[in-house]
Amino acid sequence: MNADNRRLDWILGGAILALLILPWYRIRAGFFSFDWLGDFLSEPDLWPGLVQALMGRWQLWPIILLAAAALYLRIRVPSSAGRGRAMVWIGALGLIWLAAEGLSVGTRGWNWGLLEASFGEVDGQPAFGAGAVILSLFFTCMISFGAAERGALKGDAFVLTSIALLILLVGTFVFYPILSIFTGAFQDFDGSFTTEGVRRNIADPKIWSLGCLTGGACGVAWRTFFLAICTATATTLLGLAFALVATRTRFPFKKSLRLLTVLPIITPPFVVGLALIMLLGRQGTLTQAIYAVTGIELGRWIYGLTGIWLAQVLSFTPISFLVLIGVVEGVSPSMEEASQTLRAGRWRTFRKVSLPLMAPGLANAFLIGFIESMADFGNPLVLGGSGGVLSTEIFFSVVGAQNDPSRAAVLAAVLLFFTLSAFIAQRVWLSGRSFATVGGKGDGGTHAQLPARVAWPVIGVVSAWSLFTIIVYAMILFGGFVKLWGLDHSLTLEHYVRAFGITFDGGIRWTGVAWNSFWTTMTIALIAAPLTAAVGLLTGWLISRQKFPGKAVFEFVLMMSFAIPGTVIGISYIMAFNLPPIQMTGTALILIVCFVFRNMPVGVRGSVAAMAQLDGSLDEASLTLGAGSGRTLRRVILPLLRPAIMAALVYSFVRAITSISAVIFLVSAKYNMATAYIVGLVENGQYGVAIAYSSVLILVMITVIGGFQLLVGERRLRRRPVPPAAKEATV
Amino acid sequence: MNIKNAAIAAGAVMGMPVFAAGAAELNLICSADVVICEKLVTEFEAGHPDINVNMVRLSSGEAYAKIRAEGRNPQTDLWWGGTGDPHLQAAHDELTAVYESPMLGELQDWAVEQADVSGHRTVGVYSGALGWGYNTQIFEQKGLEAPACWADLLNEGLKGEIQIADPNSSGTAYTTLATLVQLMGEDEAFEYLKGLNANVAQYTKSGSAPVKAAARGETGLGIVFMHDAVSQSVEGFPIAVVAPCEGTGYEVGSMSLIEGAQNPDEAKVFYDWVLTADAQNLMPEAGSFQIPSNKSAKVSDKVPDISQIKLIDYDFAEYGSADRRKELLARWDAEIGGRAAE
Repeated sequence: MNADNRRLDWILGGAILALLILPWYRIRAGFFSFDWLGDFLSEPDLWPGLVQALMGRWQLWPIILLAAAALYLRIRVPSSAGRGRAMVWIGALGLIWLAAEGLSVGTRGWNWGLLEASFGEVDGQPAFGAGAVILSLFFTCMISFGAAERGALKGDAFVLTSIALLILLVGTFVFYPILSIFTGAFQDFDGSFTTEGVRRNIADPKIWSLGCLTGGACGVAWRTFFLAICTATATTLLGLAFALVATRTRFPFKKSLRLLTVLPIITPPFVVGLALIMLLGRQGTLTQAIYAVTGIELGRWIYGLTGIWLAQVLSFTPISFLVLIGVVEGVSPSMEEASQTLRAGRWRTFRKVSLPLMAPGLANAFLIGFIESMADFGNPLVLGGSGGVLSTEIFFSVVGAQNDPSRAAVLAAVLLFFTLSAFIAQRVWLSGRSFATVGGKGDGGTHAQLPARVAWPVIGVVSAWSLFTIIVYAMILFGGFVKLWGLDHSLTLEHYVRAFGITFDGGIRWTGVAWNSFWTTMTIALIAAPLTAAVGLLTGWLISRQKFPGKAVFEFVLMMSFAIPGTVIGISYIMAFNLPPIQMTGTALILIVCFVFRNMPVGVRGSVAAMAQLDGSLDEASLTLGAGSGRTLRRVILPLLRPAIMAALVYSFVRAITSISAVIFLVSAKYNMATAYIVGLVENGQYGVAIAYSSVLILVMITVIGGFQLLVGERRLRRRPVPPAAKEATV
Repeated sequence: MNIKNAAIAAGAVMGMPVFAAGAAELNLICSADVVICEKLVTEFEAGHPDINVNMVRLSSGEAYAKIRAEGRNPQTDLWWGGTGDPHLQAAHDELTAVYESPMLGELQDWAVEQADVSGHRTVGVYSGALGWGYNTQIFEQKGLEAPACWADLLNEGLKGEIQIADPNSSGTAYTTLATLVQLMGEDEAFEYLKGLNANVAQYTKSGSAPVKAAARGETGLGIVFMHDAVSQSVEGFPIAVVAPCEGTGYEVGSMSLIEGAQNPDEAKVFYDWVLTADAQNLMPEAGSFQIPSNKSAKVSDKVPDISQIKLIDYDFAEYGSADRRKELLARWDAEIGGRAAE
């Protein structure tokens, strides 16, 4: 019995069990509550697929026939390229049929009148349940195993299955919802087809006007684009400065620097904006101080693009730092030493060797900054002034008094166009160059210190920015302990008591108003983070190490979920996952899935950048020594990717806690998230409790990030520390 | 790795509500201040231990968008609070259910009228008049006179001191626009708004944001619903509340049962309870200063005395209709929008 048959046995067994035992349809109370076991026999909706088919649901017959055909192939046909082709066909047909029957037969019968007219009435069916899910996985595996038997990608079943499953998941949870918004653009209110809304919006001067070049006002698209370029440039430069200071100078406060750079990303939205207003607004502390000293009235400059830019740079520099630190660390010291040995000075080495080797990291940091700024929602909402940016315009064209879904779709398309163009530009720029510096070969030494003419300005910028961040955070912390921020600054604990009060009468009672959303948020974030990191890293590995047809398209679709602002994602998830075949609204699961697929691209970019530095010879060595690709990934690549894993884990955990725009539509009465709750508080001017809650979230996130750090550990590159004296000699 | 993926996907469709609840449930969207939302839920659960209320707070625009998106398979049972327009819109789209509460007899006329206009798909739960709040400190510093009428807002001394929301995004601002049109006539109202534009520093996105900015001194005056201004002054900010002398419009905060809800019976229990005088008396305690819809509910002494305010006869049917709204907003965009001094 060979490996081909062994793995086929596994999935066949799973499929048969699923058809015979597991409920085919979704169970309202949830599969894992196991309440359904009691009513299994009496309730027809709980019956497994085979029984459903026998009881007259003819739409399931093809699925059972295909499963039977697969069984026949296993028993009668030996493993061969021909059998592989048949398996691919079975898998593809099965998936297509599942999608077709799921989409066309809804809860109340046919979803389309045309089908009813041609095929007659049919009973309605609930959404897919355990049985259907396992069968769709079975068909996906059939495709990849079949392809492996045909010898695709050297017959590597692990790689093929990973690709097939990722495509299935990305198709379902990224592509399908996005598709459903764009169909919304062409729908009239009653559901009929119209192009009126799109035609009206696509040429709207409010979007495209270039009036600002001649002294007027520019359209929202150009404003957003300009802002994103500025933000991306500033965050990349600052991120690089932080990364350089942290790794290549003798700056004394490196540890606290790391903590400081992490602070802004773990801050719930709105809070940075609020703090900036309290600091730099018309009545802000700093503004008043400047007025008292110099007599200059600064006024309201913080409202508008400048203010948004400042808040975005504060918020996104740390992400670019997280992307860049791995890259800056990864640049091989031996290259720099070689350059210095060849009598290049420190400055020349830095400019000609170190910086160019950091290019993939810089490009990725820029891309992430650009996209983050485009999709940012919280800061423009607080600081936007009269003119909005694309993401807020989309939000208000959906929820505002205007209520124009086709406008939202057009704006979303504009936003997508910008972000995808940035993505393509980055690809073109980086293509055809090699940045590998971590090879398996002897690699010694430590990083050269920065040349003085770079070090001093960099340390200066970093210190100034750190000071600014500290002031902003001091303001925030302070805001939670005063009675009424901006008015009555007497100290109080009442906000904390209201949010997180606990009483002890006959056991602990969680009386604080925040507990409910707090526990939900923590649970969901802790489930989502490892999943996001795993899916992201796997995808990153596939993209950078494997070649398969359609890879470019696959990468594109992936970036889309990141590039679309959360508002649109939220609405599209409701539209796509509220009805059979896939029904998840009102559950915690829709939140988890949303987080995983929305935050995964950062994990992907991070691991692609990090993997660009790992020489392919490492994988080859492992493969040559007989390890499979799965084992190579686990034992060779993953340990070298620790910084990237850490970044992905931290990012996805933090994002699950702090993201707002997508979540606001996906929270349900039962599963409410902390940010949605905080935004409600901010909207009603309850700054005290909102800030107290945010401060607690920040503390919790720091603790958990510390925990992740311990779990993942540091990447150990065997580089001998060189005694300082020896290093001086090489300069 | 594929096992892990399988687990994700398998979890994906089997649904997650792992914590099965024994008691009856009610899924509530609350579109008012979060404090009053929580107060209502706590009090209701204390009186009805057999019903477990899941509440989420969404602004009325978000709530409408969510209910519309979920239209064919609603996850919400009841929608309480928030300005009347989106409730009427939902009623017009038949997203909400017809229900004639036995409590209707105890309600104020404007609340019942809201029900009649919508064919009993919604009902008024509170009401508030439009006005403005100004920052007394700033006005003192600048030596400005307190504006008592709409006309006073055109005073040149107020240049850059006024904030109002953008009617494209805010129901409050749309109510203001419709009020001015009904008060002055359409052309005159737009003339007035053009004049006002010279004084407006910023068109905010959220309806109550202008008075919050005024409270913290970021601007001098915010045009908002008066109860929002009252909340700020009760918090302790130097805000004075003004009802315009020429007359003003008002909103009817509403409540609707969702069509096809999963727990309609529990929703009706809450619906009837929240219309009682006892439930409505909770509002001032929670810092909400609207006028309650139950005739025998106590009116807080902080609520601006409605008998002293000149209210216009606001035509909810006409100005709530989608066509009229589109027309007014288009004209606002063309003549006013985007011309604010940055």
